[in-house]
Amino acid sequence: MEFESDLNLKATELRLGLPGRDESEEQSSSCVKKNKRSSSEMDSSSEHQESGPSAPKAQVVGWPPVRSYRKNVLQQQKKPESDGSGMFVKVSMDGAPYLRKIDLKCYKNYFDLLKALENMFKCTIGVYSEREGYNGSEYAPTYEDKDGDWMLVGDVPWDMFITSCKRLRIMKGSEAKGLGCL
Amino acid sequence: MNPDPKKSKVLPSNLPNSNGSSHPHSLFPDEVLEKVLSLIDSHKDRNSVSLVCKDWYNAERWTRSNLFIGNCYSVSPEIVARRFAKIKSVRLKGKPRFSDFNMLPRDWGANVHSWLVMFAKAYPFLEELRLKRMTVSDESMELLAKSFPQFRALSLSSCDGFTDDGLKAITTHCGNLTELDIQDSVTVDVGGGWLSCFPENFSSLEILNFSSLNSEVSFEALEKLVSRCRSLRVLKVNENITLDQLQRLLVHAPLLTELSTGSFLQELTPRQYEDIESAFGNSKNLQVLSGLWDATSFYLPVLYGACSGLTFLNLSDAVLQSGELAKLLAHCPNLRRLWVIDTVEDKGLEAVGSSCPLLEELRVFPVDPYDLDHRHGVTEMGFLAVSRGCRKLRYVLYFCRRMTNAAVVTIVQNCPDFTHFRLCIMNPRQPDFLTNEPMDEAFGAVAKNCTKLRRLSVSGLLTDTTFEYIGKYAKNLETLSVAFAGSSDRGMQCVLEGCPKLRKLEIRDCPFGNAALLSGLKKYEMMRSLWMSACNLTMKGCRLLAREMPRLNVEVIKDDGSDEIQADKVYVYRSVAGPRQDAPSVVLTL
Repeated sequence: MEFESDLNLKATELRLGLPGRDESEEQSSSCVKKNKRSSSEMDSSSEHQESGPSAPKAQVVGWPPVRSYRKNVLQQQKKPESDGSGMFVKVSMDGAPYLRKIDLKCYKNYFDLLKALENMFKCTIGVYSEREGYNGSEYAPTYEDKDGDWMLVGDVPWDMFITSCKRLRIMKGSEAKGLGCL
Repeated sequence: MNPDPKKSKVLPSNLPNSNGSSHPHSLFPDEVLEKVLSLIDSHKDRNSVSLVCKDWYNAERWTRSNLFIGNCYSVSPEIVARRFAKIKSVRLKGKPRFSDFNMLPRDWGANVHSWLVMFAKAYPFLEELRLKRMTVSDESMELLAKSFPQFRALSLSSCDGFTDDGLKAITTHCGNLTELDIQDSVTVDVGGGWLSCFPENFSSLEILNFSSLNSEVSFEALEKLVSRCRSLRVLKVNENITLDQLQRLLVHAPLLTELSTGSFLQELTPRQYEDIESAFGNSKNLQVLSGLWDATSFYLPVLYGACSGLTFLNLSDAVLQSGELAKLLAHCPNLRRLWVIDTVEDKGLEAVGSSCPLLEELRVFPVDPYDLDHRHGVTEMGFLAVSRGCRKLRYVLYFCRRMTNAAVVTIVQNCPDFTHFRLCIMNPRQPDFLTNEPMDEAFGAVAKNCTKLRRLSVSGLLTDTTFEYIGKYAKNLETLSVAFAGSSDRGMQCVLEGCPKLRKLEIRDCPFGNAALLSGLKKYEMMRSLWMSACNLTMKGCRLLAREMPRLNVEVIKDDGSDEIQADKVYVYRSVAGPRQDAPSVVLTL
């Protein structure tokens, strides 16, 4: 299953056993100890147990030859951007019957994002100010961050925002007043 | 061996010789010989000198002050103490390299303690100790701290076994310390109290590196330390130090030549941003920069002012995209060495090719080595782009999921000066991406074109042809790493027969068996070590090797659940000290 999507590995792979045998059987016959080692050492040596499926061939002890301390660092660093599949977050607007979804990676800055939201929901969000927030606007954009707190959009640098934003909510201006005054 | 080469020269044999030389034909009195030899530093040269004749052997051993032992089990502390009299600095290496990848049991060995006990007796004036892949207990550190009044420099690379207590002993007692350098430490949980144990008036530190320790040190103590140590030129802090803390440290140490930052992500006020920017701007002497955890495009620009003199930029802890890298590199025209993570992708490597014409070393690490579905990272295109722009490339370590023979052939035509070529195609036995053929031609080209090649790591789908090429052309090869490659014993035999300078051979998951192992009988005594795991070796073959070659230690590491016939992990090394006495039960010495 692994190989069908791969680079025709199956056809050219060198085998140590007889031809015509099943893939997984092949694996276990030529590398019987390797698999055993894999399962017993995996818990101690690989700190992450990926949520995705691991085919029998996936985890080989000590391969690729990357040092374990480095593995730790890299695991912590998995930023959403790096999987290239977009950063979709749900957007709700008070009073709207259903939610929308947008890809934060499509925008370069707050200006672009707010303009897009205004277009999508046919509303006016107005201008952000550090002191007043979106005071005076009909709507104020807020977001839920990684810690679960609701924040006003625009307070932190853009890069920090897109990595910490989990979902957006466009609040009625009157309700958001409290946030802006802090 | 000619006992006295001077006998063959035309020399007056009645030359006046009043300084007590032991040999009547010797031109040099001992004292003169020793004076001359004391100027020779290289341990390789010294080893040659010691083979000339007995006089020279003695003169050399009396004058050697730097001791280098590449395999701590190749010789014993007692033998060393008997031979050398005046050792001031020691470099000692322990475990085989594959221990970095969790392939050795935890208590395998390479404990430094017995060496320290000997050093304390024989070399009380020891000043420097540099260890790699050794176990260092707190007890050993205490012994070290208290036994050598002139001790100045401790460097631990990939070592384990110590805690905060051990480090505390060092910082408390070593009043003349100029260097404390802990790299790639395997000990994860080391407290941070050690840093606060430097005495109040202690100011001699020049090198401080704790970047790989997880400990949380007292920033107050660190700041005071940095401001006291006016000669500090290397400062490498760990991830727990924040950006604005870093700014305060930089202000105290404008002469730094090497810096590793802490976390590079923090909500800074505009004022703080300016401060850190100007601190970097004032660090005009920076040549080496690393750390930069969590760096983003917003904060990277604070570095720009410090980049013009950079020769080594280590971004292997910073997950950057291509654009961020390109912008940063535009400020680093003098880069000789660059380490990056493969999130910069081929586009980022194009920027490397165009911005870094002086580049000699490139290492590209995978952001997620185990994510097989991750179709990103770098490919042959990125490597090609670098080779076009960086013709002086000599060292490469490249992790990728895609490579072609044609690309590698072009790359080594562009850059024939490679001394270290380490290519890791991460999916085992993967063929040429375009042609589906084995990668034999790629490594054949490397062996043929790169006449200065000293270190080679091969990967991808490889037949015995690769090893025929290596044996035929790689005449300067010293270190070879092989994984999931080869078709038969012949592959390994070609390498053993063909590479005269081979010193380290590490092999895993290859179809090489007893015949291959035994074909290198004579060779292994001229090498430092051989590692073979998950190959086709049996206990019988290993026993035969051990029996035929008594000056080799043949060690087999047994894994759980393996049978009595297969030899799973075999480590062979030459030794004048005989079999080691400290092997754990899973290690059989044959």
